Amino acid sequence: MAVVPGNRERASAIFQDMSAIVQFENVGLRYGLDSETLSDVSFTLAGGGFYFLTGASGAGKTSLLKLLYLAQRPSRGVIRLFGEDVVTLPRKRLPGFRRRIGVVFQDFRLVPHLSAYDNIALPLRVAGMEEGEIDAPVTEMLNWVGLGDRGQARPATLSGGEQQRVAIARAVIGRPEILVADEPTGNVDADMARRLMTLFEALNRLGTTIVVATHDLPLIAQVSGAQMMRLDKGRLADPTGSLRYPPRQQGSE
Amino acid sequence: MASRADRRAAAAARHRLLPGGRVAGPMLWIIAIMMFLTVLAAAAGLGLGAAVQSMSADLAGRASVQVVEANPQQRDQLAARALTALRGADGVQAAAAVDPALLADQIRPWLGEEATSGDLPLPALIDVTLTPGDADAKVARLRRLLGGLSPSLRIEPHAAFLLPLAGLLSALGWLAAGVVLLMTLATGAVVVLAARGAHDSHRGTIEVLHLMGSTDVQIARLFQRRIGLDAMLGSALGFAFAAFVILLIGLRLSATGSELLGAVRLPPISWVVLALLPVAGVLLATLAARWTVLRALGRAL
Repeated sequence: MAVVPGNRERASAIFQDMSAIVQFENVGLRYGLDSETLSDVSFTLAGGGFYFLTGASGAGKTSLLKLLYLAQRPSRGVIRLFGEDVVTLPRKRLPGFRRRIGVVFQDFRLVPHLSAYDNIALPLRVAGMEEGEIDAPVTEMLNWVGLGDRGQARPATLSGGEQQRVAIARAVIGRPEILVADEPTGNVDADMARRLMTLFEALNRLGTTIVVATHDLPLIAQVSGAQMMRLDKGRLADPTGSLRYPPRQQGSE
Repeated sequence: MASRADRRAAAAARHRLLPGGRVAGPMLWIIAIMMFLTVLAAAAGLGLGAAVQSMSADLAGRASVQVVEANPQQRDQLAARALTALRGADGVQAAAAVDPALLADQIRPWLGEEATSGDLPLPALIDVTLTPGDADAKVARLRRLLGGLSPSLRIEPHAAFLLPLAGLLSALGWLAAGVVLLMTLATGAVVVLAARGAHDSHRGTIEVLHLMGSTDVQIARLFQRRIGLDAMLGSALGFAFAAFVILLIGLRLSATGSELLGAVRLPPISWVVLALLPVAGVLLATLAARWTVLRALGRAL
C-alpha cells in the first residue's frame, strides 16, 4: 500500500530541495513584549519565482520582508536563505547574504546627500567594484529607469516617482538573486507602475526571484505566472498550500 | 590593480558618503587646542627634565670651599694652601679658586658698590669638582682634610642647596607628564564622543549601507578616515602653534641671562619626541574612532 506523505514529511523534503531559495518554518516575530506580529509563518519560495505578498495594512507584510532581507531576526522558527539557516548565522556572515538580496524600501531610503548616480552606485561600491567599472552599469541603469539626465540630482530635488525609480535601480544594479520590494508602486502613476512590473518581469526572466509586497490587485493580475501570499493578522493565509509546496516548474521533471 | 585615478575616484566617493563638516563638527579645532596644550606641557616636562639632569651633574660632583678669614693676607695664604691640598687629595678631579672679581659682581646687586671696597670681608671661594661616584664620602674626607688645615675652611656640597630646587623642578616635570597623560585621555574621550555623535547623525546612511551588505569594518573605515583626517589637520595646527610659542619662550629665557633658567632648554631629541606627539594623536584619534564605531555597529543586526 502506498504511503501518502503528510505535510511535515513533504515540508522536510522541500527543505532538502536545492531549488528552494527561501524557506520559512514556523517563524514568529515579536517586537518587545507585544503580541506576535507574525505567527507560525511557513512557506517556501522557489528560485526564479515571482511572488506577491498581499494583506491589509498592519497584517505584517513589511515585518515579513524585513526578515527576508535580514534587517530583523525572528523571535522563533527557522529561516533558510540560499540553503543556509540565517537565524543562527554569525553576524559577521550576514553582509555576504545581504549582497545577494536587493531591496526596494517602502520609504525608498535614498541617501539624501548623495546624487541619484551615487545612490545607484552604492551597492557596487559596497561590493568593492573598481571605480572605473562602475560608470557603465550605473549610466545604463539610470537610462533604464528613465533618469539619464537626472544622475547628479539629489533625492530632495526628485519627485516621489523619480525617487522610487532610483531606489529600484539601486536595488537591481547588483543583479541580486532575490529582489524584495515593499509597495514599489505606491508613489507612481499607473503607467509607471506597469513599466516597473515589466522591469521586474525582465529581471525575473534573468533568474532573479522577485518578492513584491503590494495592495494593488490589478497589478498582481498583470504578471502572469506569479504566485500570491496573503497575510492576515500576522498569519499566512495559504489555503491551497501552493506556496508552501510550490508546483514544479514545467520541464523540471 | 586599481589605477591612481581609480583610487582617487574611490576616495572621493567615500568622502561623499559622509558629507564634510557633519562628521565630527568642531573636532578639528578641539584637537588643535588639545595638541597645542599637550605639546606645551610635554615641552615643559622635557625642558625641566633636561634642567634637572644638567643640575644632577652639579649635585653629584660639585662642592664649594669657603675660606672664612677676615684678614685678607691670611685669607689668601689659607686659600692657596687649601687649593694645593685639594688638588692633591683623593677624589678631587679639579679645584679652582673663584675669581674675587666674579664674586664681587655676584654680590654687588645685593650689597651695593661698598661690597667690593675691601671694607667688607668676603670669603674666598674654591670650586671643587669631584671624581664620579659616592660624593658624600668624598666630601666627608675633604671636610676632615680641610679641618686639619684650619677651622676657617668650610666645604659645602652643592647638593645641599640645589637639592630642594632640583626636587621642585623634578616635581614640575612629573606634573607636566601628568598633564600630557590627562590631555591624551581627554583627546581620546573627545574623539569617542565625536565618533558617537557622527554615528548617530549618520544612522540612516549606515542602516542603508548595512542592508546592502557593508561590513562593520567597511563602515568604521569611513568614520576613521574622516576623523583621522580631522585629527591630522588639528594636530598639525596645534603642533605648529605650540612650536612657535616654545621657540618664543626659549628666546625669552635666553634673554634673561640666568644660568638657572638657561638650563631649562630643549635638546634636539626632545624636539623629536614633541614631533611624534601629533603622529600619536592622529593614531589615537583613528583608533578611538574605529573602536567607537565598531562597538556601536556591533549593537545592530
